[in-house]
Amino acid sequence: METVPEPGSNVPPKKDRLQTKKKKPRRYWEQETTGTAAGASPGPPRKRKRNRELRPQKPKKNDTSKKFRMSKKPRELKSPRPQRSLSGAQDPFAGPAPVSVEVVQKYCRIDKSKELPHPKTKTRSRLVVAEAQEEETSVRAARSELLLTEEPGFLEGEDGEDTAKIRQADIVEAVDIASAAKHFDLNLRQFGPYRLNYSRTGRHLAFGGRRGHVAALDWVTKKLTCEINVMEAVRDIRFLHSEALLAVAQNRWLHIYDNQGIELHCVRRCDRVTRLEFLPFHFLLATASETGFLTYLDVSVGKIVAALNARAGRLSVMTQNPYNAVIHLGHSNGTVSLWSPAMKEPLVKILCHRGGVRAVAVDSTGMHMATSGLDHQLKVFDLRGTFQPLSARTLPQGAGHLAFSQRGLLAAGMGDVVNIWAGQGKASPPSLEQPYLTHRLSGHVHGLQFCPYEDVLGVGHSGGITSMLVPGAAEPNFDGLESNPYRSRKQRQEWEVKALLEKVPAELICLDPRALAEVDVISLEQAKKERAERLGYDPDARTPFQPKPKQKGRSSTASLVKRKRKVMDQEHRDKIRQSLEQQLQKQEKAKPTGARPSALDRFVR
Amino acid sequence: MKVKMLSRNPDHYVRETKLDLQRVPRNYDPTLHPFEVPREYIRALNAAKLERVFAKPFLASLDGHRDGVNCLAKNPKSLATVLSGACDGEVKIWNLTKRKCIRTIQAHEGFVRGICTRFCGTSFFTVGDDKTVKQWKMDGPSCGEEEEPLHTILGKTVYTGIDHHWREAVFATCGQQVDIWDEQRTSPICSMTWGFDSISSVKFNPIETFLLGSCASDRNIVLYDMRQATPLKKVILDMRTNTICWNPMEAFIFTAANEDYNLYTFDMRALDTPVMVHMDHVSAVLDVDYSPTGREFVSASFDKSIRIFPVDKSRSREVYHTKRMQHVICVKWTADSKYIMCGSDEMNIRLWKANASEKLGVLTSRERAATDYNQKLKEKFQHHPYIKRISRHRHLPKSIYSQIQEQRIMKEARRRKELNRIKHSKPGSVQMVSEKKKHVVAVVK
Repeated sequence: METVPEPGSNVPPKKDRLQTKKKKPRRYWEQETTGTAAGASPGPPRKRKRNRELRPQKPKKNDTSKKFRMSKKPRELKSPRPQRSLSGAQDPFAGPAPVSVEVVQKYCRIDKSKELPHPKTKTRSRLVVAEAQEEETSVRAARSELLLTEEPGFLEGEDGEDTAKIRQADIVEAVDIASAAKHFDLNLRQFGPYRLNYSRTGRHLAFGGRRGHVAALDWVTKKLTCEINVMEAVRDIRFLHSEALLAVAQNRWLHIYDNQGIELHCVRRCDRVTRLEFLPFHFLLATASETGFLTYLDVSVGKIVAALNARAGRLSVMTQNPYNAVIHLGHSNGTVSLWSPAMKEPLVKILCHRGGVRAVAVDSTGMHMATSGLDHQLKVFDLRGTFQPLSARTLPQGAGHLAFSQRGLLAAGMGDVVNIWAGQGKASPPSLEQPYLTHRLSGHVHGLQFCPYEDVLGVGHSGGITSMLVPGAAEPNFDGLESNPYRSRKQRQEWEVKALLEKVPAELICLDPRALAEVDVISLEQAKKERAERLGYDPDARTPFQPKPKQKGRSSTASLVKRKRKVMDQEHRDKIRQSLEQQLQKQEKAKPTGARPSALDRFVR
Repeated sequence: MKVKMLSRNPDHYVRETKLDLQRVPRNYDPTLHPFEVPREYIRALNAAKLERVFAKPFLASLDGHRDGVNCLAKNPKSLATVLSGACDGEVKIWNLTKRKCIRTIQAHEGFVRGICTRFCGTSFFTVGDDKTVKQWKMDGPSCGEEEEPLHTILGKTVYTGIDHHWREAVFATCGQQVDIWDEQRTSPICSMTWGFDSISSVKFNPIETFLLGSCASDRNIVLYDMRQATPLKKVILDMRTNTICWNPMEAFIFTAANEDYNLYTFDMRALDTPVMVHMDHVSAVLDVDYSPTGREFVSASFDKSIRIFPVDKSRSREVYHTKRMQHVICVKWTADSKYIMCGSDEMNIRLWKANASEKLGVLTSRERAATDYNQKLKEKFQHHPYIKRISRHRHLPKSIYSQIQEQRIMKEARRRKELNRIKHSKPGSVQMVSEKKKHVVAVVK
């Protein structure tokens, strides 16, 4: 039965059926016959040709050999086509699971564009090995994303519906009971506008009112851990590394309380503090004061690490960059300055606004900074390298408070309204055109913070505390060893010891936290030069060509010299050729482009 | 309106009963692990410090000899058995697990000059100052039997060293000449000489088993092929070589322990420049032995210390010394590559860990993972000055320390003089000679 396969169909079903009709049922241990053999069985060539047309295409060999390789062109790493096993059954998911290149890129740590200057062959081969290993580990890490259990939240309007119009009450009604319980209002009118802070695990909430009311609670179970009145104005409040310690900036000095509300320390070196920031990996409490000092207090040993004079008057706007622990201060002249305790001068000064800066926030990847000023502008800056604004918009009232969520949502408090803008993803800047959510509160906003690992925005205002639901704000999958909201007491103690053991010293704070792992090319070159000077010769210098003596009788002195001369001439020629090329390039560059040649050009030297 | 809130079920994150392990979900997203590099650096720093804290290499001292220990031998079939020969002609067999002497033989009159085991581990050979070669059974004599050698060969001259072939019933001795013996015969199969000086040691190549190397007191190292009657080639160094040791992994590499405080690793195929000059000892190097991996070797010196060198580094990675250890005469690296034994003048054999801070015994998988991780971190940040300083620091006895300072000054003076000589002579007439080429006088084929 020879038929020509119809064009356009890869596997004509009709023919398949015909073939199976002819055949007897076959067990897998029996000898394979020509009908299904993988081309290995002997048979007439005509028949084999037909078979090849019938069978689906075989997977290519080189697919499986390079399973960790990535190529730029296909966006998905293709797994090899299912292979036919001995029993005839097919593995539908043969080979390693596909990983998209973008995800792998996220885990990539080596910047391949940077190259070492003149590495030796040994170093180069070692680098090649290291890069291959790095690629493999990043592919593996990307593949492990399959194991993440939780999905991020979202909020979508029906076609044409604006999500900003959706009220909190609607969201609360739509979501499950557990999530609905996360929305609450604490009505605390008498103790004035509130500042608030979530602990690093997102489990605990501390808030302090202007008129001295300080409280901490496990906000998920709504269990109050302590509530005190410090009988003094509270400017700011912040958890230290765990929920057991609480720093409160009071009217005069900085006080530290434990979770029972007992005062542990009164730090008189930090006076008239307006804003607090805690750098959890360095165990540093950064305080900005009315006197214009930025003070770093090491809370693990109780020492002041650095007290920097910003020379810009009263400091009331401060935030930290969670990516590199640099402190951003906003000043009344419209600049934002970036500080590290190792330097007496600011690392960077950015002119952001005309008029004073009212609020600054930096996102978790350390790529974007949002600022708002007295000129009613809200700007998003690029922090990697350029420090240029990416987008800006004017707000009718101007934002007094800003906060970024873990997934890159930007919240702004303007009067008694909170607006939230969303971007495309974690590492993309929020688009400021259309707000994602808005909410009106019962008082003026005084403090904003997104809760880590929960889709919740905490707002402190003059009427108390409001916990808003913001779907899609938080990172859904936490890392149990880093900050675990469900950790037990023992786990917390264990974590605390480990965290203290790997406390990063304050001197290591700089703009690029990966700089420590890079090769210090400048001092390397310097050391090389010094070594050559000390030794009197350069041990790494290329030795001049010395011809090898050939067979006996074949290498006269004249021929040796001739060979040597030949190589030297070649090198000389290469050098001249290079310099000529460089000259040509220089001339081309120097040529005025576009202007008409003038007759007087010949006199130009 | 479509809405989904992040809502975790606590049951998925908290263990059910107290008997369960705690659940620890992981997410390797780099934004959740900030300051990766500084934290790893601190971990590496802590690991480097802990490594120095736990560096307690000395394990045991085996005492019982009544004179200085002159030679050591391993048993190829048993990790726990070690043989040692002393300067009073006594040979002792030790059990390392019990750290006890299990047998004592009065083998020779005068020094036991050399000792080696047969490749099968059933017997061993000794040579001594009394001009004899004796073969002994490894197991002790049964009840009522006399302690007697299996064979005794009476020679004409004093033998100073012995080594056994790695596969065949052939052994080689050295003295006035290198003799190759069949075990069954009382006269050598062949004897080879090149010059007239006494030869201090002879070693068979463990891979190319027909090759031998020997070193003589006229400052040369001679290589032989057992299959031909004449020596292959020799290299003459500045000063006398005490012993050589072949690399057990690379057939053509051997290391020579020299009187000029250095060790030289040679490639047999190109003897005119050593592959590496290992400098750190401050007195004559007396013995050298390779680790079974072939990546490192240990050297014993007259300066009362032993040092461990990586094959491809010119400086040692470790130095071992104690207050009581005198001039170290012989050293051996055990076959499991974990321990080092050294025999010294003051009659003791000492047992050391090859890796000073290694934890002995069975490790749990978490311990193993932690040590591996720490090792990798130390490797990654090894060039950072602070970590480098900590992991390189070793306490040295005052004598060695002051010797090092003194030699540094001397070396600097020599170098300065050489520079001046170059500066004040016609350009090109005086060349800078590299450290590797400096010590080789000639290669003769």
